[in-house]
Amino acid sequence: MSHAQEKNAVKRHPGLMVLIGVVFAAVAAMLAAPVKPVILWTDALIYLLITTLVLFFTYVRSKEHLRAPWRQVMQRPLAMVALIVLSVYVLVGVLDSIHFRKALPAPKTSVQNTLTETHYSVEVLSVLDVLFGPIREQVEKSYSAPLAVQLFTKDMVEQADGSTLRMYPRLEYGGRHLDDPASQHQTDIMQRIAHAAVQAIVLWLLILVLWVATLSWKYKTGFGLLLRQILAGKTLLPWRSVFITLGVFVFLAMLIVELGVAYHLLGTDKVGNDVLYLSIKSIRTGLVIGTLTTLIMLPFAVLLGIMAGHFRGWIDDAIQYIYTTLNSIPGVLLIAAAILSVDLYISNNQEFFETVVERADVRLLFLCIILGITSWTGLCRLLRGETLKLRELDYIQAATAFGASNTKIISRHILPNVMHIVLIAVVLDFSGLVLAEAVLSYVGVGVDPSMASWGNMINSARLEMAREPVVWWSLLAAFWFMFLLVLAANIFADAVRDAFDPRVGRGIA
Amino acid sequence: MTSPLLQIESLQTSFATANGMVRAVDGISLAIQRGQTFALLGESGCGKSMTALSTMRLLPEPAGRITRGAIRLNGDDLLQLPEVAMRNVRGKRIAMIFQEPMTSLNPVLTIGLQIAESVGRQNTAQAVRTRVLELLDAVGIPDPAQRYHEYPHQLSGGMKQRVMIAIALAGEPDLLIADEPTTALDVTIQAQVLDLMRQLQKDTGMAILLITHDLGVVSEMADRVAVMYAGQIVEEADRSVFFANPQHPYAKKLFASLPDIKKRGQRLAVIPGNVPSLATEFSGCRFVDRCDDAINICHTQPPAWIAETSSGGVRCFKFDAAHQHQFATTEKEKTAPGHVAERLTKDNKALLAVQGLKVHFPIRKGLLQRAVNHVKAVDDISLSIPESHTLALVGESGCGKTTAGKSILQLVKPTAGKVQFADAELTALSSAQLRQHRSNIQIIFQDPFSSMNPRMMVTDIIEEGMITQGIGGDARMRAVRVDQLLEQVGLSADTKYRYPHEFSGGQRQRICIARALAVEPRLIICDEPTSALDVSVQAQILNLLKDLQDELGLAYLFITHDLSVVEYLAHEVAVMYLGRIVEQGSVQEVMENPLHPYTKALLAAVPVIEKSTGGVERSIVSVQGEMPSPINPPSGCHFHPRCEQVMPECKINYPAERISGKTHMTRCFLYKQ
Repeated sequence: MSHAQEKNAVKRHPGLMVLIGVVFAAVAAMLAAPVKPVILWTDALIYLLITTLVLFFTYVRSKEHLRAPWRQVMQRPLAMVALIVLSVYVLVGVLDSIHFRKALPAPKTSVQNTLTETHYSVEVLSVLDVLFGPIREQVEKSYSAPLAVQLFTKDMVEQADGSTLRMYPRLEYGGRHLDDPASQHQTDIMQRIAHAAVQAIVLWLLILVLWVATLSWKYKTGFGLLLRQILAGKTLLPWRSVFITLGVFVFLAMLIVELGVAYHLLGTDKVGNDVLYLSIKSIRTGLVIGTLTTLIMLPFAVLLGIMAGHFRGWIDDAIQYIYTTLNSIPGVLLIAAAILSVDLYISNNQEFFETVVERADVRLLFLCIILGITSWTGLCRLLRGETLKLRELDYIQAATAFGASNTKIISRHILPNVMHIVLIAVVLDFSGLVLAEAVLSYVGVGVDPSMASWGNMINSARLEMAREPVVWWSLLAAFWFMFLLVLAANIFADAVRDAFDPRVGRGIA
Repeated sequence: MTSPLLQIESLQTSFATANGMVRAVDGISLAIQRGQTFALLGESGCGKSMTALSTMRLLPEPAGRITRGAIRLNGDDLLQLPEVAMRNVRGKRIAMIFQEPMTSLNPVLTIGLQIAESVGRQNTAQAVRTRVLELLDAVGIPDPAQRYHEYPHQLSGGMKQRVMIAIALAGEPDLLIADEPTTALDVTIQAQVLDLMRQLQKDTGMAILLITHDLGVVSEMADRVAVMYAGQIVEEADRSVFFANPQHPYAKKLFASLPDIKKRGQRLAVIPGNVPSLATEFSGCRFVDRCDDAINICHTQPPAWIAETSSGGVRCFKFDAAHQHQFATTEKEKTAPGHVAERLTKDNKALLAVQGLKVHFPIRKGLLQRAVNHVKAVDDISLSIPESHTLALVGESGCGKTTAGKSILQLVKPTAGKVQFADAELTALSSAQLRQHRSNIQIIFQDPFSSMNPRMMVTDIIEEGMITQGIGGDARMRAVRVDQLLEQVGLSADTKYRYPHEFSGGQRQRICIARALAVEPRLIICDEPTSALDVSVQAQILNLLKDLQDELGLAYLFITHDLSVVEYLAHEVAVMYLGRIVEQGSVQEVMENPLHPYTKALLAAVPVIEKSTGGVERSIVSVQGEMPSPINPPSGCHFHPRCEQVMPECKINYPAERISGKTHMTRCFLYKQ
């Protein structure tokens, strides 16, 4: 592929376009269906964040010097794979951020008055919940191992003849379709995996052909030639890695469809909830903590940092004083205090919150805010230092000599030249914050116990680690989901830093 | 002739870069005799430093590779030696000193330790110490026993370069490679370091490979000269032969583009364009695009090396018997359109008048940040510039000349004094009022790489001032004006949608000039605008500045340390020392008849290009010591600790101004009436 063609390839942002399409489709569907949309606080902020991102990338597309480093990021296979993993997480997070309440069937008693207003369920659902409908609803009594057909613990079971027997009872949903689990269990699982594989391969080939066809139409290259180049890994953008990663995800999705519905793919927890569903629900919590916290801290860090560096004098003193003071208070103390007072406020003002989800959401928002307040100081300090260096540079002096105002100097000359630091800090902070959520929830000052989060999963699995035999799946599921997200974020952050850090070179001088 | 100490034979060094292979050194052959100083002269990007690094086998691996050639030191081929053996060559037989003494020393080790490291395995610690002290003494560092325990930051630039030389000398090398050893130093310090190197050469009999871009330094130091251009040697000769009659068109042009007083009022000869990128595939002579004498064959065929006499040679078809006749027989005098009449109207009203300007930076200490002392960067200077005149502010680094320029622009708030521009008193204006006056005075900076926002396009950069000052009309008219400005400074208008990093240093400096011109200033403060540029590019910029002055009647405050530029360009000169002006007057008065001992020393320290033979023996050390810190200036006359004609009175009082001639002002007790 030629260089010019690659430029076109970067222009398109298929991921973002798909995202926006999904959001619009979901909103449209909700307006049509008998539901009441619920926009939680964090939902609104997520929409804001997505809009900002879209605007940012539209701007980046128009500037060659901003586009070049991004193109460099995209050309690294590992970064591209990380980006796809992140995109899948983000897609799940966004699907889980479109909330609504279902309409309740009209009560039969009020036959005379047909105009009674519709009542809505107190249960707030998200699009993801609907997609995972069967899995969400198949709640067992208690623990069961992954793919099991029986409970993990013995219980008294009433036999057909009225006597009771202490045994491992059959699960209510897992493997319900099997008549004789002992003989059919293994083969059924194998069959379903094979099914999933076949379906995945068909679907994957379909995607591959369509995608390559689109590309070849776009670049006016022969289909066969392009396909050969992609398979040989000779394209500038690492399409081969993209397709392999997509293949893996398609297979996983098919596995969930085939196996997840018939069994509990990752087992169930103490109250019988499906662990796979919980882990996937936790994605939104992790992403919200990782991104909204940044969104909240950025204005503080950027504005105060640049102001301190640019104006010097008493403004600098004041800002430095604020962040040194803030920094010397132990973060955990501050977070615990804030969360406890939010809790108190919520329990004293129950009437403000219609549903449990809304209550949990406010607590999540405050967790983001307090984490943001305690974590902006590092970036602020970095930006202050960089601005101190920049303000002595000749082009800023020249702008002053033109009589440019301070706002102009900050917005035109300083801000664009510190953006790479902001970007690097944001991407690096993300993984730290996801991990922080897990730790805080474990300590008990994290998100609401009713909210699905990896921290809560680990916290509840903690006691079960001492059991014999050990209940390992809850902990391990949370660990893998978190690990994959943080690893992908770190790899991506690395690539971004390499592309944007002027000291690494190759970037814009 | 005895066999040479170092012999390099058709050396070729390549670099793998993103744009393909770059041949940094392309077939160089040279020979250095024992005890000889061999100068490698050339502009930046010619491959001089790469030649030196190849000789030391210190190329950055794996990007850089020696692809061909041989390097023989006393007959041993260095390229065949294993790395272990090479370690014994480095330091013991060949030593190297670098351009930047600030970064060549480890800041956390004492200088004694750093020298001791290269002294090597002597018998006892005592013996090592004695040897280090000997070396410190040999390089002229006073009080070696005490300096032994000092850290690099406690030493000045000149002292650090002496320490570097001491480290190089520790292994008693046969050959010293000096890569631009004095470029980062002031003239007076440069003179001291060069003198030291000559002394050491005389004492130890080592050979020196001197890499420099400065013709003056070559003239003072070298026995033999090789001119490098785009990875090749284009001319080689004995110093006297070379300076009396340079052969290659490039070498001739280099001489012609040097500014000096004799070329005053004329345009400098320029070498158009830039040194070509070494990544290009050359089909003909590498200099052809910049050469005035080029004929057809120069474009199609690379010229061969023509050994002229027993001592030297040149790489040019002009000296090839087969092609000689094709060149025009008579050398056209290509000096530019005669004498431009100097606009010197005597009764011009001062455009800028500075009275008693002071800039003191407080040094704060303690809990309450109380000012305990002041750095008197600028301490009571007065000067005035009439319209379309150039005043040169001359001084060594750290004397406060840049601060003076910035405080005139009100970029640094003056502590005291008046800055009168036309009818406005700039120091008394509020910042909003000051903004109105900003367009009158503009500034051009030294470093063309940091003076433009890398994230803005050229057109945005030039337009910025117009937008802030509200001049130049609407967007369409501004666009027209930008094109016009770019053409005025000699760039094509279609460069305006490019980013600064796509331009070379000289082109960037042109953009900076266009940016300053955009707001139609009447005075431009030029802060060393050419000191980061090569000689040939410097001539282009100086010509441009002169043309603009003639065309637009601009006044310049020209801040510089380069006295040859002053002689060429300025109408008036002010010499600064430690925040004060010590001598001031018209350029004829000051340059031809310097009165103050410091001015005399500065002039004496400038390396002189001797066209005749045997100028080398002139002692170039003009003044001892270095400029003291402006935190604690010496009592009385600031210059007295370094002055040779010091009198008791100098140590007590600061001398008053004394006018001699028409406008010639000095502050020195020697000229008391």
